Amino acid sequence: MKRVVTLLLALVLSLSLTGLACAQGTLRIGMTASDIPYTGGQTDNGFEGFRFVGYQIYEPLIAWDLTRGDRLAPLVPGLAESWEVRKDQPTKWVFKLRKGVTFHDGSPFNADAVVFSYESIKKKDAPHFDPYGSGQVSFRLASLTGVHKIDDYTVEFETNKPTSFVPYQVCYMLIVSPAQWQKVKDWRKFAEQPSGTGPYKVTRFVPRERLELEANKQYWDSKRRPKMDKLVLLPMPEPTTRLAALRSGQVDWIEVPPPDSIPQLKGAGFQISMNSYPHNWTHTLRLDKEPWSNKLVRKAANYAVDRVGICKSLLNDTCIPATGVVYKGHPWFGKPKEIYEYNPEKAKALLKQAGFDASKHPVKAVHLISTSGSGQMLPLAMNELIQKNLKDVGIDVDLQPVEWNTLLTRWRAGFKTADNEGLNAWNISWNFLEPWSGFGRFFHSKAVVPVAVNTMPYINPEADKLIDEAERTFDVPKQNEILARLHELVVDDAPWIFVVHDQNPRALSPKVKGFVQPQSWFVDLTAVTVR
Amino acid sequence: MWTYAGRRLLLAIPTLLGASIIVFAMVHLAPGDPIAAVMPAESSQAEIEATKRAYGFDKPLPVQYLVWLGRVAQGDLGRSIATRRAVILDVRDALANSLVLALSSSLLAFALGVALGLLAAFRQGRALDKLASAIAVVGVSVPHYWAGIILIIIFSVQLNWLPAMGAADDPGVLPYLRHITLPTVALALIPLGVITRVVRSAALDILNQEFVLALRAKGLAARRVFAHVVKNAAPQILTVLGLQFGFQLGGSVLVEAVFSWPGTGYLLNLAIFQRDIPVLQGVILVLATFFVLLNLAVDLLQTVVDPRIARH
Repeated sequence: MKRVVTLLLALVLSLSLTGLACAQGTLRIGMTASDIPYTGGQTDNGFEGFRFVGYQIYEPLIAWDLTRGDRLAPLVPGLAESWEVRKDQPTKWVFKLRKGVTFHDGSPFNADAVVFSYESIKKKDAPHFDPYGSGQVSFRLASLTGVHKIDDYTVEFETNKPTSFVPYQVCYMLIVSPAQWQKVKDWRKFAEQPSGTGPYKVTRFVPRERLELEANKQYWDSKRRPKMDKLVLLPMPEPTTRLAALRSGQVDWIEVPPPDSIPQLKGAGFQISMNSYPHNWTHTLRLDKEPWSNKLVRKAANYAVDRVGICKSLLNDTCIPATGVVYKGHPWFGKPKEIYEYNPEKAKALLKQAGFDASKHPVKAVHLISTSGSGQMLPLAMNELIQKNLKDVGIDVDLQPVEWNTLLTRWRAGFKTADNEGLNAWNISWNFLEPWSGFGRFFHSKAVVPVAVNTMPYINPEADKLIDEAERTFDVPKQNEILARLHELVVDDAPWIFVVHDQNPRALSPKVKGFVQPQSWFVDLTAVTVR
Repeated sequence: MWTYAGRRLLLAIPTLLGASIIVFAMVHLAPGDPIAAVMPAESSQAEIEATKRAYGFDKPLPVQYLVWLGRVAQGDLGRSIATRRAVILDVRDALANSLVLALSSSLLAFALGVALGLLAAFRQGRALDKLASAIAVVGVSVPHYWAGIILIIIFSVQLNWLPAMGAADDPGVLPYLRHITLPTVALALIPLGVITRVVRSAALDILNQEFVLALRAKGLAARRVFAHVVKNAAPQILTVLGLQFGFQLGGSVLVEAVFSWPGTGYLLNLAIFQRDIPVLQGVILVLATFFVLLNLAVDLLQTVVDPRIARH
C-alpha cells in the first residue's frame, strides 16, 4: 500500500514539474467571454471582444488613447492622420489616411481598404458583405450612409444628417485586409486567418479554447510596438475557474476576479488593477405607470439606497457610488441639483409628500433582475441589499431573477408586452462611452422601443433639444457643456435608480509589468511585459 | 442475434427523433433566443428582428424543426450560430475529448470499483468491507462538481501540481496527462461508488448460493471458487459498467464545466447559454445515438457471456 502511494505521488510530481517551463514574454489572459470573440474583423462578445480581439488585431481610423489612467480615454488618430467635417456640407467628413501602414499579410493599407471594410458592414449586396459582423457593429455606425475614395489616402464619409457624433462611430469600424479576403473569399475562413494592421497578429486559433497572437514587429507606430512576444486569450466564463487558473499559474491575468477573492489575491502577491470607466449599474424604471411615474417616488428610491454600503461591504471596493448616469469628474457630470446620498429620512419625507405611507399605503413594484451577466457584477446580492434599503423606507420591491439572456430579450421588447406588463423596472448595466450610448438611446423621444432602447419611456422635450443640440455641436468642449446640462436634467428627473459604477477589477500575476489601466472599456497591451 | 440487433437499431430511430423533438421544444420554451444571445446587448429590437429574419428564426417552430431534420437526413448538422463553424466539426472535436475523459474515468472507476467490490464481498463484515462501503457511499453521495472544485483547490491552487482547467496547450502525452488527471478523478467518483456497491452485492448473492457451498465442500481452492463467483456475477457487472460508461459520456456537463474540459458537456453548457440551437441539437443527437448503440452493445455482450439470456 505504501509503495502504491509513493508511486502515485511520484507520478503526480513528475506530471506537475513538466508544466513549469514557459516561454518568455507571453501574456495569458482569462477572459469572461464563454467563447473566443469573432476574429473576422467586426468582432462580437461586446466590448470584451473589442478589448482583446478587435483592437489588438485590427485598428479603426480613429482610435482610443489608452496609455494613461488619469483621464477619460480620448479619441486620437488611428489609421487616419486627421479628419474634419466639410464646412460647406456638414454631412460630409474627409479623412486623411496614414501612409506606409501594411496589413499582417503584407498588403498596403489605403483608401480601398476603408471602402472595403465599410461595405462589408453596410453594403448588403456586396460580395464581401459580412452579415454576422455587420449585425455586431452596424448599429454603432448608425449615422454613416456611405464612403467613397477621393484618392489613395483620402476618403469621404457621408452621414444621414449633420452630426458631430461621427468620430464616436468611426472608432468602432475596424479595418480589414481586402487582399486577405480576396485570397479566401469567405468570412469564416477569414476569421481563421485574419489580417489587420493591429499590434498583434493571430498565429493559432483553436475554436472555443484559445487564440494565440504574436507581436506585430512591423507595427507602424514605433512607440507602440509590443514589448512582449506573445498573447494568449482563453475564454473562462466561470469566475471560480478564472480564479483557480490564475492562482495555479495557468494564466497571468484574469478579468473580473470574484470580489470576495480580492483580499486573498492581494495577500498572495497578485496585483489588483482598477479604475473608473464609463459603466453604470442601474435600475431602469417604468415611467408610464405607478409607482415610478411619480418623480418624488423615484427620488425617494434614489435617496434610500446605501451605495457606499454596497461597494464597501459587498464588493470589496470594486465599485464607486453612482449619483447619476456618469461619475463625478467626467466631463458630462455637470452640477446636478440632487446629489443622491444615503438618506432614508429624506426618502421617507419624499414618499410622504408623494402621498405614500410605509404602513398604510406602501409603494409596490416588480423589478426584473438577472442572476449573472456581463457587467452585471453580483446582481443577486446587490439587489437583495437594495431591496432591503427600499423596504426600510416603505418601497416594497418584488425581485424577479431571470437568466441574463432572458433579461436582455425581455428588455429589448419594452414593457408593453404580455410578459412584461406586470413589471416596473429592469436592472441592467450600461456603458456611456459616447453621447449616443450614454444619453441618446435612453433619453431621446425618438429612441423609444423598437427603434432604440428608450424602454421607460423617457419623454422630455428639453432632453430631446439638448441631445439634438449636442449632436449639432462640432466643438467638443461646447458639446461637453451641453451634455453636462442634459445630465443635470436627467439626474433631477431620476428616471433610473442610480446605483454604482464598476471599477473594472482585474487580477494580474506579479510577473506582469507595465500595464496602465485606462478609464476605458478597452486596454493597451503594447507596453506590458511578462517576466 | 443479427436480426435482434437489426430490430434494435430500427427502434433507435424513433428514440432519436423523440429526443431531438424534446430538445428542440425545450430550447424554444426557454425565454431568450439564439440571435438575441449573439447580438450586442445594446442593439435594438428592430436590429434583432432583422437578423432573425436573415437566419430564418422568424419561421414557425415546426417549420424550423422540419428544415433542420431535412438537413440532418442528408448528414448536415448545420452551422453554429455563435461561431459559424460546422456543427459536425465542433461535435467531432468535443466528442473526442469527452470519449478520452469517459474512457480514463471509466477505467479508473471500473478497476477500483470491481476490486473494492469483490474485496468487500469476500471480506464481508470486516474492516476492509466497511472501508470499501464507506468509499462507495462517499463516491455516490459527494457531488462530483464539488469534488472537482476541491481537487482544484488542493492540487492546482495550493500545491500547484496540476493545471486547474482546460485541455493541454502543448502537444505530447505528458501535458495531456497533466490536464486530464483531475477531471478523471472527479468524474470517476460516482461510477466508483455505484460499481463497488453493485459488484459487492452481486458477488455476495452468488457467494450465498448453494453451488458455492458445494464447490467449497468439494475442497476447491479459494482462488478457483473466486473465479466461479466472478464468472457468475459478470453479466450483472457488465450491465452496470455499460450503463456507467454511457453516463460518463453524456453526464459530464458539470465536471467539464468546472474544469473547462472541451468536451461534449462543456459544449452543451455553452450552447445552452448561447441558445446555439444547431449545436445543442447536434450534440444531443450524437450523444443519444451513442447511448442507444452502447446499450445495444452491452446487451449483445451479455448474451455472449451468459448464453442463458440469449435472445432470438
